[in-house]
Amino acid sequence: MARITAGIATSHVPAVGAAIDMGRTEEDYWKPMFAGYEFSKTWMKDNNPDVAIIVYNDHASYFGMDIIPTFAMGIAESFAICDEGYGPRPVPVVQGAPELATHLAASLILDDFDMTVLNVLEVDHGLTVPMSLMFGTPDKWPTKVIPLAVNVVMYPQPSGERCLALGKAIRDAVEQFDEDLNVQVWGTGGMSHQIQGARAGLINLPFDRKFMDDLVNQPEVLQYKPHLEYMIEAGSEGVELIMWLVMRGALGDHVDEVYRFNHVPASNTSVGHLILTPKENA
Amino acid sequence: MKPNFEQFKDIPGTTIFTIEKTRQGYHLNEFCMSLRTAENRVRFLADQRTYLDEWAMTEEQKQAVLDRDFQKMLDNGGNVYFLAKLFASDGLSYVQAVSTMTDMNVEEYTAMMVAGGRNIEGWRSKKERGEA
Repeated sequence: MARITAGIATSHVPAVGAAIDMGRTEEDYWKPMFAGYEFSKTWMKDNNPDVAIIVYNDHASYFGMDIIPTFAMGIAESFAICDEGYGPRPVPVVQGAPELATHLAASLILDDFDMTVLNVLEVDHGLTVPMSLMFGTPDKWPTKVIPLAVNVVMYPQPSGERCLALGKAIRDAVEQFDEDLNVQVWGTGGMSHQIQGARAGLINLPFDRKFMDDLVNQPEVLQYKPHLEYMIEAGSEGVELIMWLVMRGALGDHVDEVYRFNHVPASNTSVGHLILTPKENA
Repeated sequence: MKPNFEQFKDIPGTTIFTIEKTRQGYHLNEFCMSLRTAENRVRFLADQRTYLDEWAMTEEQKQAVLDRDFQKMLDNGGNVYFLAKLFASDGLSYVQAVSTMTDMNVEEYTAMMVAGGRNIEGWRSKKERGEA
């Protein structure tokens, strides 16, 4: 049986990808942020999953205004890297996990999560920056990936309740897959940031820390946090944090906190990172 | 549940990109999406007016693009992730482009971020700030 062995949360700032791609990680500005992921890269080597379900959002890179799916799952063999206007990031193509992905998408639809099915998808920094942070710069990514794209760009985004419930449904579906696979769920984006308007540059570290505490200890409280509260307290783009709820929902009721890291700033953003493992998994 | 689009209007200095905005900004945002290929970036930068005239955008949207007035693009239905394709075509980073929407220059903005970012105190509500 497949099982979920860990959850990873991390911001997915595009400038972090650029710093890696341009070899700038040792610069004074970037060094403390990348130092915070050294533990994680080592931990990943010891806990490398067969498949990572990466919950992320597309930033007008593959999806434009024509089609805006609330939840969409990539079930293809592989996913190419988007050109976001600077040319595609020079990272390996992302390998999919079509067998688990088709099982998962079908299970979720039957469980009333109306998943959009993607037989073609190009992925952007929302998915590749977390991979670079966790795996460094390998010639080939060491894990297969199931991209789960969530609309967080257009209001209304899915509710927190829906995101947490989706995570729980993912857990059930993974456990019903016969092959013996080690699966992780990653929630990406956030933490507080706003990249538009006169209020741009907003950071709310107390909010971010409380969000992390609640995510670990009482995620059921977070599911009722309205979008408006994220937008006011964590910035208009801070609403990405609802994607962390999908990850948390997939880990079961109780978790162990393996690692936590916060850093301000990366570009316009408060960087947050967690590694969690399900307690029942001991 | 009845959607409430009004609830966002009290957040100062912030434009929330709602489903209504996707109608208003459709052509502007799709123009931005077209800049995901190197060929289109070259063609756009070579003759911006001609390129813009290929899109069913309003004159105000086109002028905002020519002026690189990102706040005006937001006001006219633009979303920052779409606009990012435009400032990426200009070779600007998010920080460089985003800072133009504030009352700071890029050096001041970067210094604010390095010092911990914009403090939320005083930035929660237009009413609190006497702006509404």
